Parts: sequence; structure tokens; C-alpha cells
Amino acid sequence: MKHEEKHTHISLEHGSGGALSKELIEKVIYPFFQGRDFPELSDSSCFSLQGRAFITTDTYVVDPPFFPGGNIGSLAVFGTCNDLAVCGAEPRYLTLAFVIEEGFSIGELKKVLHSIKKAAEDAHVKILSGDTKVVPSGKGGGIYINTAGVGESIISFNLSPSRIREGDTILVSAPLGAHGITVLAARESLKIASSLSSDCASLYPLCRSLCSLGEELRFMRDATRGGAAAILNEIAESRSFGLEVVESNFPIEKKIAAAADILGLNVLEIANEGVLIAVVSENAGSKALELLHSKPLGQKACIVGRATSAYPGMVILETTVGGRRVLDLPRGLLLPRIC
Amino acid sequence: MLIVLKEELHDRNLAKALIGEIQKAAEDIGRELKIMEVCGTHTVSLRRSGIHSFLPDNITMISGPGCPVCVTPAGYVDNALSLLEEEELTLATFGDMLKVPGSGGISLSRYIGSGRVRIIYSPSDLISMAQSGEKPIVFLGIGFETTIPTIASVFLRAFEQGIHNLFLYPAFKTVPPALQALLSSPDRNFDAFLLPGHVSVILGLEPYRLLEKPGGVPGVITGFEPIDLLGGILSILKQLRAGENKVENAYPRAVRREGNPRAREIMNRLLQPSDELWRGLGIIPLSGMRLKAKYMDFDAGIRFGLPEIRNFEPPGCICAQVIQGKALPNQCSLFGKNCTPDKPVGPCMVSSEGSCAANFRYRELPV
Amino acid sequence: MCIAVPMEIVHIYKDGKALVRQDNLETDIDVSLIENPKPGDYVIVHAGFAIEALDLEEAKERLELFKAMSESPGTAIC
Repeated sequence: MKHEEKHTHISLEHGSGGALSKELIEKVIYPFFQGRDFPELSDSSCFSLQGRAFITTDTYVVDPPFFPGGNIGSLAVFGTCNDLAVCGAEPRYLTLAFVIEEGFSIGELKKVLHSIKKAAEDAHVKILSGDTKVVPSGKGGGIYINTAGVGESIISFNLSPSRIREGDTILVSAPLGAHGITVLAARESLKIASSLSSDCASLYPLCRSLCSLGEELRFMRDATRGGAAAILNEIAESRSFGLEVVESNFPIEKKIAAAADILGLNVLEIANEGVLIAVVSENAGSKALELLHSKPLGQKACIVGRATSAYPGMVILETTVGGRRVLDLPRGLLLPRIC
Repeated sequence: MLIVLKEELHDRNLAKALIGEIQKAAEDIGRELKIMEVCGTHTVSLRRSGIHSFLPDNITMISGPGCPVCVTPAGYVDNALSLLEEEELTLATFGDMLKVPGSGGISLSRYIGSGRVRIIYSPSDLISMAQSGEKPIVFLGIGFETTIPTIASVFLRAFEQGIHNLFLYPAFKTVPPALQALLSSPDRNFDAFLLPGHVSVILGLEPYRLLEKPGGVPGVITGFEPIDLLGGILSILKQLRAGENKVENAYPRAVRREGNPRAREIMNRLLQPSDELWRGLGIIPLSGMRLKAKYMDFDAGIRFGLPEIRNFEPPGCICAQVIQGKALPNQCSLFGKNCTPDKPVGPCMVSSEGSCAANFRYRELPV
Repeated sequence: MCIAVPMEIVHIYKDGKALVRQDNLETDIDVSLIENPKPGDYVIVHAGFAIEALDLEEAKERLELFKAMSESPGTAIC
């Protein structure tokens, strides 16, 4: 029997549970993960962990699914692994579930699968289980992915904003804004998209490195939706401390700053997929910076501010010219503006 | 080169020196001063750079009517929504208009993802959009003199190319008639205008001469970087101290005395001045721009038989006073309580460059 | 009111369009609203259109005034 693929696009029958479903899973999806990941197709997979473990899940609906520097597949792997890593856990296993819209190209699905495989290798995680559903044309955005992840804790305590004390140091691991602005430019078919690239990457090496600080490490978070502004506000919200940050200390690539200016956006509010925000004790600030600088992804890391008792619950920004104002949560939709 | 310029325009030492001069001038003048930044992008730039935090106590910056979204009547949005409901067409718009609610509280954002509302960054995208199908495309024509020529050039091209499925729904506004209206308002409450930088790129200095007449106020054309803004404010204070009311160009790297005649010619070829309804200000004579008779086939209002645009102000909202500088955002009983950027009531909270939204988002530190 | 950014013209196409750049960020714009655009010119870009050439000499001159003022406060300027 020849293994020719008769179908070039996903049809509803691919999700019916019948022969075409079997073909999609066995001929298209499974070959990417056979051997390294799930050894055989089964209803569930077995694994074991030692000690404290973390579990997380996230669903990826990025529009468009392909953008410069990545696609929904790499995002779905790195995003979930990063959620584990910032809790001080080494990502170990993932599940992978697709919701695919009827009519989606199988060639593009393969591109996504290839990125998933490559990202899983980069992040040293195994994909242990998967699922595929098909929705009728018009009922989905091409392809959505859910991944759940399990990781083993490499520290013996929980990182939390409640551990932050006055004077603690705030660090940002890499230049801000690349992912969100790239996706926006790709979605709106803006010419600038060709000069841009998403920063989508595994943050675990950076997180592991900072975990060597032990209890001096207070809290970590990946600065995804809402960007640095959202994360900083989340950290400070309803706490007895506030955060003071200095605008000119944030690492921002000039190219990204220019793109944000053109579109009327604020880089601090734009999503990232490869940027870590960490809070460490005042004394550990320079050591933490050294640790970040020693990793490829952290070479442009900067100290951006400190925790203060002066403005509990608030984030205060010192602007480039030395003005001071509240750094608010991002509001509304991220759209290109002319005004 | 551009980066060096930008860095210099954010330089702290220059800022410090300018603030020192501003403080001296403000002290000399002594009394309470209100400076109206006409342009919404100025409002945002002032707030974002935290300039409010070091202005002397006797200087208050107030926002004017220069946010196109804020001055677009709710009835315009109502008509745009009815087009989507009643006609088989695509609406094209700048991202700015998406969140603006009509009188029923509904905005165009409910059509995101339906493919019926297309967000464009540049009007030049309209031609290829129209050429890619037969379906009518209606462009929501908002903006001031900076934006109008860009749209006019595209529609003139569409005319030459015989494109017949592209339509314009104009709600354009022009600045000088609005300045005249503000200036002659009986209870006017400001001492000077910070004039819009990019509108002035097109207009030049002449249209502002009305400010130099007796009873006028100083008007200083200003750029958008922190040093530009501080320099503009200082120029205003110096005029006020000397008792002058001159039109001054503090943005000479971008604005020529004669403006951009070519852009004005393109704008005036397609459009002609018309009386225009401003949200909050009412009808201002000759403050809008409508299609000339020759190009009337482009007019979406005529083609789709749209009713006249109605005014509507949400109950309790004082945006009308805010954009005339007669009230500050925090003097509104809704501000920050029933009306926030997430749940806006009035247009000044909807637009990110609206006075209320900018005041809320980039608030000063608690004392 | 009107967001506009400075960019440098890299190349002029035939149809009134140009390739512009700011810090490795490149995009195409329409240059039909300005007189005689040429590569190397700096322009102010709004909504995908160059609306005016940027005069860097004027920019420099104004900054020099401010610098002089910051070195000797009280100098009359503007």
C-alpha cells in the first residue's frame, strides 16, 4: 500500500474519529514525535517525577499563526515551558492539543509540527500526549493549540511577590516588545514586519541560573501579554510595597522603539515571549545581572528599578527627562493608530 | 542621525535648564496660567514624559479639541454601524475609531474578526483593497489637516483609475476655525495655545494669524519630544510675560512658514470647506471638509442615503467642557469611577489621546 | 492628533513611493505629497505618507540655543 496523502487540507472527516482521523494522527502528526516523545500511541502516557512538581496549561490562539521569528507551534511549547520555568521548575513533559479549522493546509500544519518538535528539543521537554479536533470552516482561526506542562521544582520554596522587600532589585532579561509588535505588524500586513522578528524562546536557562541565588531570588515572571507594564503592576498590586522603575534603563532595541513610534504604541505595554522580569534582594542585584549576562538570551539584561515602601501597590516611572508618573496597566486593544 | 537627534531631544540637562527658565518666567508672571495644548498627541506626549510633574504650580496644561476621535459625534458612529447592518460592504478605518461608542454604547470593535471592518495603517492601502474585489468599501474619513491630504491623494488616484467601489464617509475637521470658536467663546478660560506640530506642517503659520489680533493669545507651534514641549512652553511664557500674542514656530525642523502647499493643493482639489458638527462644540462654520461636486460619487453618505449626523452626549459626561478647557477631567463626577479607559462613557476617555484617558493613564504621583 | 515619525529615504520607486528607514526598520511610504524627494533626505511620516522634509540644520540650531542656555542660565533665547 502506498502512503500517498490524498488530502492537502484539513476536512471535517479528519476530526471524525474514523479512517481520516487515524491517517492524520498516524501519518502527519505522530511521525514528528515518534521515538523521542511518546513511544507508542495510547490513551494516556506514564511518567514519574521526584519531589515538588509544577503543572500549568495555556491555550494559544495567536493571529496570524505564522509570523517572523516563529509560529503558533514554537509559541505553544516555549510559552508553557516558560510558565513552569519562572516558578523555579525545570520543564519536563507537555501535552499537545490542536483545534484545527476545516480547510487549514496540511502543509502548514506540518510547519507548525516541525516548530513544535524543534522547540521541544530546545526546551528539553518531551511531548507525552496529544489530541486533535476539527471545527467547521468559519468557526475557528485556522489553528489553536493547548499545551499543558509538568516541571520539577529546582528550588525548595515558592517564588512570590509576597517575598519582595523594600530595596529589592528589579531586572529585565532582554530587549522588550519584539514579539507583540512583530505579530501586530504581520496581522495588519504592515511592511515593517519584514524587518522584525519575534523573541519567542525558552527562558529556562535564565531561570535556572537565577535560582542559584537561593532565597535571594524573590520572584520571576515572563513578560507576555500586557508587557512589562502589566507584570510590574501585577507584582505591586495590593502589596505593602510599590515599584520604582527608570524608563531609560529598560532594554529596548532602537528598531523596536521606531516601530512602536510609527504605530503609536508604548514598548512597555507590548507582549514578549522571551523576556524575564525578576526581582532579587538588593544585595544580589549585581550578581543576578552577572548571571543573566552569562547566558546568550540575557546578554542585554538590565536593572530597571527597585521596590519601595513609598508608594504601596503602585508602579512609578521616572521618565527619560526625569519626570515622574504612574505606570498604568495597559488598557484596550493593541491597534495601529494615526493619532 | 535620527537617533542622536532623538536622544538630544530627551536630554536631562537640557530639560533641567529649560525647567529652570520656565520656573523663572512663571514666577515673574505670578498669576495662574492655563495653556491649552490643542493637539491630542501633545496631551499624550506631555503626560507620557511626566512633564506635568515638574511644571510650576501656577501653570496648568489643559487639553483642547485636537483629538479627532473625541470630536467625532456619536451619530457618525451610529451611521457607520447602520451601514454594516444594512449594506453588503466593508468598512475601512484607522484603528483609532474602533472603540468609539455610538449613542447606543456599541462600537465598531464588535465586528473585529468578522472581516467586515478592516483596520488600515495607511490610506494608500485602500486602492489595492478596492481593486481586490467588487464589494463596496467605505472609508471612515476622520482626521485634521495632517491626515486629510493623505486621504485626498488616494481618492484622487481612485478617481483617475476609475475605481467605483471605494467610498468616503467624511468627518474631517480643520483647526483654525476651531481656534476661532474657542477664542471667541464668551467664558474662555485659557491664556495661550500650544499649537499642533503636524497640522502646522501642512498649514504653515499664516492660518494662525487670527491669534495676533487684539484679544488674541500667544500661539506656539511645538514638536512632540520632551525638549520640544518644554521649549514650546517656555516660548509661551516669555510672550505672556512680555504681554504679547504672536504666532511663533518652535518646531522649525518640520514646519515651514508656508507649510506644505503641495499637500494643501491636493486636499483642496478633492474637498471644500463645509460647516461641521464637532462633538462637544456643536456646529462650527467652515470647520469641516466635504467632497467637491466633481467627486460626489465617492460620498458614502449620498450613495447609501445616510441620515444627517446627530449629536449625542452621554448623561453626566462633561467632555464638552473639557475639550474647551472649561473643566479638567478630574472635575467630572464620572472620572475614574463610572468612566475609565476600560469602561469609557465619554469620547475623551475612549481615545487614548483623549484628555480624560491621558489624565487617567499617566496620572501624577499621589501627594 | 497626528502621530508622525522621522525616517530616512533609502530609495525612490517609480510610482510616487519610496523605501524609508529608521534604525534597520524599513518600510515603504508614499512620497507624492512632498516636493522633489531623494535618497538621503529625512522626512516626517504620517499614516504611510511623507508630509514634509525634515530640516536637520534647523533642529541643530535650536538645540544649540538650548545648550547655550543650559551652560549660561538667563541667556535670552527664543
